[in-house]
Amino acid sequence: MPMDLYAEEIIAHYEHPHNRGKIDLPNLSTREYNPVCGDDITVYILLEKGRIIEIKFEGDGCAISMASASMVTDYVKGKTVKDVENMDAKTIIGLIGVDPGPARLKCAILPLKAIKNALKKLPPDTT
Amino acid sequence: MTEYNVERIREDFPILKSKMNGHLLAYLDNAATSQRPNQVIDSVTSFYREYNANVHRGIYSISERATEAYEESKLKVSKFINSESIKEIIYTRNTTESINLVALGKGSECIGKDDHILITMMEHHSNIVPWQLLAKRTKGILDYVGLDTNGSGLDMENVKEMLEKEPKIVSISHVSNILGTINDVKEISKLAHKHGALVVVDGAQSVPHIKIDVKEIKCDFLAFSGHKMLAPSGIGVLYGREEILEEMEPVIGGGDMIRTVGMHDATWNDLPWKFEAGTPNIEGGIGMGAAIDYLGRLGMENIEAYERKLTEHAIAKMKNIPGLRIYGITDGANIGRIGVVSFTIEGIHPHDLASILDNDGIAIRAGHNCAMPLVRQILNNNAVARMSFYIYNTIEEVDRAVESLERAVAIFKRQGG
Repeated sequence: MPMDLYAEEIIAHYEHPHNRGKIDLPNLSTREYNPVCGDDITVYILLEKGRIIEIKFEGDGCAISMASASMVTDYVKGKTVKDVENMDAKTIIGLIGVDPGPARLKCAILPLKAIKNALKKLPPDTT
Repeated sequence: MTEYNVERIREDFPILKSKMNGHLLAYLDNAATSQRPNQVIDSVTSFYREYNANVHRGIYSISERATEAYEESKLKVSKFINSESIKEIIYTRNTTESINLVALGKGSECIGKDDHILITMMEHHSNIVPWQLLAKRTKGILDYVGLDTNGSGLDMENVKEMLEKEPKIVSISHVSNILGTINDVKEISKLAHKHGALVVVDGAQSVPHIKIDVKEIKCDFLAFSGHKMLAPSGIGVLYGREEILEEMEPVIGGGDMIRTVGMHDATWNDLPWKFEAGTPNIEGGIGMGAAIDYLGRLGMENIEAYERKLTEHAIAKMKNIPGLRIYGITDGANIGRIGVVSFTIEGIHPHDLASILDNDGIAIRAGHNCAMPLVRQILNNNAVARMSFYIYNTIEEVDRAVESLERAVAIFKRQGG
């Protein structure tokens, strides 16, 4: 594990997460669960003309997964569905500022996985 | 035995000299799997290098030698748990397969519609899912014994109540892989037998750490794994009482488990081979023998006493960490539990704890640890962290782990959260 995995920024996002909560009438929502560690996240997305205009998340998990959720929800606001499709583990490593190593990468990318799976629920012609 | 010399023991375990993230490895995840001493490693490599051959077949010398070493290991297992003979020792892959073998064999024979199977709320998935499958297959009913008010042991009154449902099978863990609690399997066995139930004991977490005597427990089956007690992975044991195994039909058919095979029928080999179809895990068995020799030399009573010392030390130190909660028995001399210590620290996810300790070279477990009903419903968590000790762990390693936990608390406190 790299030392800076618990850099102050990650801890700050974990303890004071951005975009935490629920959207009352989202276009899309999905829940992702990591059975190995119990990380559990639900994302709510409000989409307009193929662009994410609002996103929130609820959940429970380790600092890495929750900080990643806070950062990635900030990041995808205003992005198009296509933009999100092009995001991958590298994007997340860029956002959290550290490669967490193979065991913890699953925690870090869980929120992105949730967002992507939510967007997959869109009928093909709406993007 | 003379004084327990842990430094001498550590010399036998090459991995304990290795580093993890720049620090000397402190391996505290022994409830998941143990490390292997040179004696076990060498027993396996010398089989490969010197007398690798199939067993029960060859006329030639190395096959005889392989057969002898493989069968001799069963005799060692039999003596280790004080069974009547090797007829009662079936080799499997692991505890899970052993329990499945009981469920598929004896379970299918004795559970019918509305028949009860009794397990407990502190089981590992390996002692839950095989019974769920059996209950689904046979339309049987799976019942659970609850925990006492402390959440650290079985509610013995509830055991008695649940036995009134006249379960045909009672399957219980000897030691909880989360709480470390030693269950009174002897008493439960006695009570269950009064109701005519068959008693299965999951010994995965007990056999490596405490002296086991199947004649004293009077269980009908005992399942355990080699890999948690210095032996290779892929070798496990199912002890079954001879009379029961004699009656039980084989579950897996093939070579070695037969006496004669006609076109439409076959007759079975003697015990225990009736339940071991196909070429077995020969090197695993040989390694199991070497592991039991090793544990026997140390003496199970000495191992138990030493591990208790480590556990008491760990619990006393951990209690001083703010926000830390230990699950299971924490008071008194800690008799009634083994060195499996599960805990959480308020505001820090167990996975983060495990990562921070990993960075300091310390291996612990974090998660639901294959006991989801216990962790979620009783402990009310999605995950816990767990330290678990074995013969080669030291007070210094425990202290390192505690210091690392304190560091974790400091990291998360920086933000004043």
